[in-house]
Amino acid sequence: MTSYNLQLNAQGELQHLLTIEGLPQEIIVRILDTAHSFLSVGEREIKKVPLLRGKAVFNLFFEASTRTRTTFEIAAKRLSADVINLNVGTSSQSKGETLLDTVANLSAMHADMFVVRHSQSGAAHLIARHVAPYIHVINAGDGRHAHPTQGLLDMFTIRYYKKEFTSLRVAIVGDVLHSRVARSQIHALATLGVPEVRVIGPRTLLPSNVSDLGVQVHHDMENGLKDVDVIIMLRLQNERMNGALLPSAQEFFKYYGLTPAKLAHAKPDAIVMHPGPMNRGIEIESSVADGQQSVILPQVTFGIAVRMAVMSILAGNP
Amino acid sequence: MKIQIKGGRVIDPGTGVDRTQDVFIAAGKVVAIGEGPSGFQANRVIDASGMVVCPGLVDLSARLREPGYEYKATLESEMAAAVAGGVTSLVCPPDTDPPLDEPGLVEMLKHRARNLNQARVYPLGALTQGLKGERITEMAELLDAGCIAFSQADVPLGDNEVLLRAMQYASTFGYQVWLRPRDAALGRNGVAHDGQVATRLGLAPIPSIAETVALSTILLLVHQTGAKVHLCRLSTADGIDMVRQAKSLGIKVSCDVSANHVHLSEMDIGYFDSNCHLVPPLRSMRDRDAVRRGVLDGTVDAICSDHTPVDEDAKQLPFGESEPGATGLELLLALTLKWADEAKLSLASALTKVTSEPARILGIEAGTIIAGARADLCVFDPQARWTVQPAILKSQGKNTPFTGYEMRGKVRFTLVEGNVVFES
Repeated sequence: MTSYNLQLNAQGELQHLLTIEGLPQEIIVRILDTAHSFLSVGEREIKKVPLLRGKAVFNLFFEASTRTRTTFEIAAKRLSADVINLNVGTSSQSKGETLLDTVANLSAMHADMFVVRHSQSGAAHLIARHVAPYIHVINAGDGRHAHPTQGLLDMFTIRYYKKEFTSLRVAIVGDVLHSRVARSQIHALATLGVPEVRVIGPRTLLPSNVSDLGVQVHHDMENGLKDVDVIIMLRLQNERMNGALLPSAQEFFKYYGLTPAKLAHAKPDAIVMHPGPMNRGIEIESSVADGQQSVILPQVTFGIAVRMAVMSILAGNP
Repeated sequence: MKIQIKGGRVIDPGTGVDRTQDVFIAAGKVVAIGEGPSGFQANRVIDASGMVVCPGLVDLSARLREPGYEYKATLESEMAAAVAGGVTSLVCPPDTDPPLDEPGLVEMLKHRARNLNQARVYPLGALTQGLKGERITEMAELLDAGCIAFSQADVPLGDNEVLLRAMQYASTFGYQVWLRPRDAALGRNGVAHDGQVATRLGLAPIPSIAETVALSTILLLVHQTGAKVHLCRLSTADGIDMVRQAKSLGIKVSCDVSANHVHLSEMDIGYFDSNCHLVPPLRSMRDRDAVRRGVLDGTVDAICSDHTPVDEDAKQLPFGESEPGATGLELLLALTLKWADEAKLSLASALTKVTSEPARILGIEAGTIIAGARADLCVFDPQARWTVQPAILKSQGKNTPFTGYEMRGKVRFTLVEGNVVFES
């Protein structure tokens, strides 16, 4: 009964953005095209367009985040929306209020859009299922499940530098198991027709059925990075660095950290991406992070344009 | 009170009898089948034409939530649900609050249940105090108070020394130990089967080996101690294979699965449907098919409802934070019939899994309909269709993965000890 694709309305238009899985290619391309048109807004002296004027966007962060919240805030403000930031992790939830009660209370304050980050997979789906029909929900990261705007900005970045998708080899490196970013990227790459997506990591950091997602599995960087066009490094959370999953950050860096020597296995014009925040010297060596092939900072810039695109498209689908 | 059940299709699953005939009940017992005793004057005649008359169902796992969780369900609501589902005997696990580890608690529960005059309740005593897995309980006292066997419910017992001693102690007196194989560490924080759905949805996984590693330990300990062990809620293909093999080697164990696992798989989770958050988790289609094969070939002795009423608020949470469990007492019969239909199995053979077989495991006088037996009966209309909706369930737990499903087979009368305790 809840298996239908909640994020599209009866006309097949985007009602919420919850996951990239099941999103038609046309919608993804439309978001990327719209984002492209917003790219110049940030370069203007007056960095605002009035598309969301009079709308209230609630940034609802049940899990701490600075970067994602900030880019959503900037995106909404550039669209002239009123933005309300709530770090719920530190307020009502700690007083025992349930997720849906929090959302109901905020809905009563006449929110038009919720941007939700939560530590539990499926939280954004749950909210989307219970909000009033005129409210749009954007998933800004739920547990290990999805981080669709990150996936979309990564696709924007790839298209920006590589022009098209259908002849690319893309490698995703590191902690895929706990990564909502990787899941969103894998779905997006598949929908956009990338013929070869590889995941690279130790077996402890790859989901046991990861090949069901349509990716090739590699455990060493040399083979995994051979002739790829795009390298996406994933963040390794501190708490996973020593324990049963990995012996140490040092050993991880030695085998899976991106160094100039490992980068040399990729195509000479390969781009290097990272969703941030980076752990220099653990996932990636500084000379690579700051090097010629790195597009890590442009990713951040593109992130704002992509989030503007998502918000404006949602607002246009009442 | 003398009752004549007239013209029904009488099925005694244990013996395979399946014939249209009358059943005569007096003084709480079935006094005759077919021809009434001479001079039998019924106080009530129940017209059962077109209906099946079978033994009342015996459910090997139904949580009644008392004591301690009365906000989820009460004895009144769940006992009403039981008889509405045709269940006349049920086993309740000890994971109440406090757990059933003291005779007083068990006596109170038995007393309260008896006063309701509905289904018979057979409590499982806690195997260890507080279900903590450290000190064994006063099993003999608990048995005297009315426990039928001893169990850890869903709480894993991580200390194999304690498990060995508990099994040795129980076997000293010939008591049964009921265990759901679950490793204490593997998949500890998991909420869904380690398969393609958990991978896709990013749900913390529970691997199949969480079941099979524990199962192999249990089987070795059974071999070592000779303890009488009943295995609860198997969910994996490998687990079913291991039990099949163990049985063929002469290791005496019995086992059950939940009706949910006979019908559903991880795919039913869809997009985070917390109604499908169950313990053990719904597993792959391959596992589900293996569960069905196991039930069919007798590796699995019984199907239970694994009735676990959960309050609505506890389900309206993100999948991983939602409370596992589903209501089931009122669905057990229909789900068994649905399985019989799909497996092209006779009604009599299918019904053994919810009547004669669980009664045999428990060693109780139930699950049969022959002259002289206690008149715990279920009369159901095998053709009646109904749709599962929260509003029509008597259980206080309204959550089930089967909401919206069309079911076939509806209970019309339930009799306990010759009294009509439910009719619709």
